[in-house]
Amino acid sequence: MDKSEIPSELEIGQALRQWLPESAILTTPESKRPYETDGLSAYRQMPHVVVLPATEKEVQAVLRYCHAQCIPVVARGAGTGLSGGALPHERGVLLSLARLRNIVQVDPLARTVRVQPGVRNLAITQAVDAHGLYYAPDPSSQIACSIGGNVAENSGGVHCLKYGLTLHNILRLRVLTMTGEVVEIGSEAPDSAGFDFMALLTGSEGLLAIVTEVTVKVIPKPRVSKVIMASFDTVEQAGDAVARMIAAGIIPAGLEMMDSLATRAAEDFVHAGYPVEAAAVLLCESDGMPEVVEDELARMKTILEENGATELRVARDEAERLRFWAGRKAAFPAVGRLAPDYYCIDGTIPRRRLGEVLRRIADWSLEYGLEVANVFHAGDGNLHPLILYDAGIPGQFHKTEELAGRILELCVEVGGTITGEHGVGVEKINQMCVQFGEDEIAVFHGIKAAFDPEGLLNPGKAIPTLQRCAEGGRMHVHHNQLPHPELSRF
Amino acid sequence: MHGELEPLCAQVRQAYEAKRPLRIRGGGSKSFLVCSVAPEVLDLRLYTGIVEYEPSELVVTVRAGTLLITLERLLEENGQMLAFEPPHLGLQATVGGMVAAGLSGPRRMAQGAVRDFVLGVRMIDGQGRDLSFGGRVIKNVAGFDVSRLMVGAWGALGVLTEVTLKVIPRASSQLTLEWSLSEAQALQRMNEWAGQPWPITASSYFQGRLRVRLEGPRKALESAAVHLGGKEVLEGKGWWMGLREQQLDFFMTPKPIWRMAVRPTTGPLGLSGQTLVEWGGGLRWVACDHGHAQVHAMAREAGGHAQQWHGGDPARPFPEPPAGALLDLHRNLKKVFDPAGILNPGLPGFLEG
Repeated sequence: MDKSEIPSELEIGQALRQWLPESAILTTPESKRPYETDGLSAYRQMPHVVVLPATEKEVQAVLRYCHAQCIPVVARGAGTGLSGGALPHERGVLLSLARLRNIVQVDPLARTVRVQPGVRNLAITQAVDAHGLYYAPDPSSQIACSIGGNVAENSGGVHCLKYGLTLHNILRLRVLTMTGEVVEIGSEAPDSAGFDFMALLTGSEGLLAIVTEVTVKVIPKPRVSKVIMASFDTVEQAGDAVARMIAAGIIPAGLEMMDSLATRAAEDFVHAGYPVEAAAVLLCESDGMPEVVEDELARMKTILEENGATELRVARDEAERLRFWAGRKAAFPAVGRLAPDYYCIDGTIPRRRLGEVLRRIADWSLEYGLEVANVFHAGDGNLHPLILYDAGIPGQFHKTEELAGRILELCVEVGGTITGEHGVGVEKINQMCVQFGEDEIAVFHGIKAAFDPEGLLNPGKAIPTLQRCAEGGRMHVHHNQLPHPELSRF
Repeated sequence: MHGELEPLCAQVRQAYEAKRPLRIRGGGSKSFLVCSVAPEVLDLRLYTGIVEYEPSELVVTVRAGTLLITLERLLEENGQMLAFEPPHLGLQATVGGMVAAGLSGPRRMAQGAVRDFVLGVRMIDGQGRDLSFGGRVIKNVAGFDVSRLMVGAWGALGVLTEVTLKVIPRASSQLTLEWSLSEAQALQRMNEWAGQPWPITASSYFQGRLRVRLEGPRKALESAAVHLGGKEVLEGKGWWMGLREQQLDFFMTPKPIWRMAVRPTTGPLGLSGQTLVEWGGGLRWVACDHGHAQVHAMAREAGGHAQQWHGGDPARPFPEPPAGALLDLHRNLKKVFDPAGILNPGLPGFLEG
């Protein structure tokens, strides 16, 4: 289908005004500009039309119209995603769900909150705070990111080793299919009959349906939370300490690692009191009843010391604990100040391969002449190497993508995955061919078609065409040819 | 390893070409509950073994025919366990069957269900293709989550041949407390406590007694017991095991037993006959003579669903179709994974309608 077959911006705008107010339809370049990229700003595409519905009925009207006209639809939450999942489609409607932001119901006894997709992650916790409850998944972007986006990406955060991902913390979804049909899946009961559509929809990156309501589970706030900050002379020692701790039967509430580049950047940014001379810093949190925390902290300290920690500091009070975490949560923007651009990777590996993988990344960093800072969820083996580069220097972005591709391939090689929590989006679509075989990718296409036979929802994202895999062979080959609207649809 | 898988793939391929339905068989421990009627059996019982286990990763990969008891013993030797305490319902229960059934035990509300701990699967689809989804790491969002889709699908979407599970460390000690209360009071309390940070890992209410299991370091349990009150139950371990394996007298009744998964805050259902409450109020076992329509309607009203546990039809265990477009989505998915409709035909019970 070429662009001439799609109605013009003005035609679409005019048609949609039957159901949506004028202020909810953006057709001019100036008004659409803020939507041309999400959190992965290296990729940009001006959308054909942007719509901002405020009710489910309006969303339904948009979908029905687009379905009838064969117009692609890309859903967008807060636009903080890091894999280009909300990158617009050149001929498509960008469907922002940011105006569906009501907290519909809070039930403290049942420990559930029913919200519209545009509600911010942190706003859920704020809504139940007075009841001593909170929403566990806490991506670093939790101040801004929306629950709808969290569902689309199956977002994690620093506490997911103990408390799970989005998938483990949501009970029900109300979604619209591309034809505008309402489907209710999951339940407030502990299980449902039939296939597990909750698992299938969570993390489906806007390819299967549009979420219009989410019922989340909230859990009691722990009585006590304590964090230890441990310094190490080598990254390997810190990695070993992580593996030993898990093997010893401890599930920390958070277990995060930063290398020296990331530590120094974070310290300059938030002045959390980080040990800037350490080669690696571990933040290790225990929460629960005071007796549990006391017991766990003692065991954690022993293991950290046995594995060569040069300094251990337990946050003295809540203010200091929050400061320790503030540095970690601000690590991306902090590292971002070191270079004009950075590229964030999201591979996950078995924990026992941490030391080895970090060494290889360090070697490649020298080989490519690109600095790499490492910030990651050590407890669950989810790496976030940040490659520093300057998009203004010709060829450097290409080099960066190539290095990123090699790191992701290494993750698959050691038994891991190309994305732990950021999603495939447009960014890692080629690496999908490395991780999955043809038959599996064919099944993914089958699932897509089971929901959206015309392939109108977020086309070209998350699942590569078999043709693309065959042509690309190994990934990075075609990276330089990626102006994304040309991605073939399925 | 592939050598032993190939005959299974070949059998499915031939069945696909001949459009001959297959009944997937593990240990048969849950066939009283769910069992396809296809005459030809695809037997997984010889496809056994631990593929990979690294305790420091909290991850284990097992072939589907492995006995559940073998896996649990291995984990126990390493101070670990399956978080969801799956009911075996027979010594011959297999790991593959456990995942296909998706049934969880007493710890479900505290730790999560089977599907929450499945990280990856290897499976044969309805065309005999050997497929792998998910992986061996805790966080993985590449591709649609097919692994968890297999949990509780009773083999209707594929033949599980290998599963990768996240495991957890065993708690150092446990303590069971008991109170005499009315059902309404017990339900209220279960829900209130679930909203407070107590180390509660199981709860039940039966014959006027609320029981709660606490787990963690001894000092924490003693401190919690001081706040919660109640009296200690010495045979606590036996109670929870009996509940998990359905060996309590309650399950021996000749009356039909219904399993009702409901919103945990739902008050007493008021059905005549005995009720056993589990999972903080989220699961109600009811032994009663009420008609199907009444029980299903009551479960729906309580935000959940009902399943006849004893005395039902194993060939059509879930006869109630989901509402509206969700039924079509079930049928579409079935076609993706099993285009000829040969895998456990009739399951889960409403597809053919």
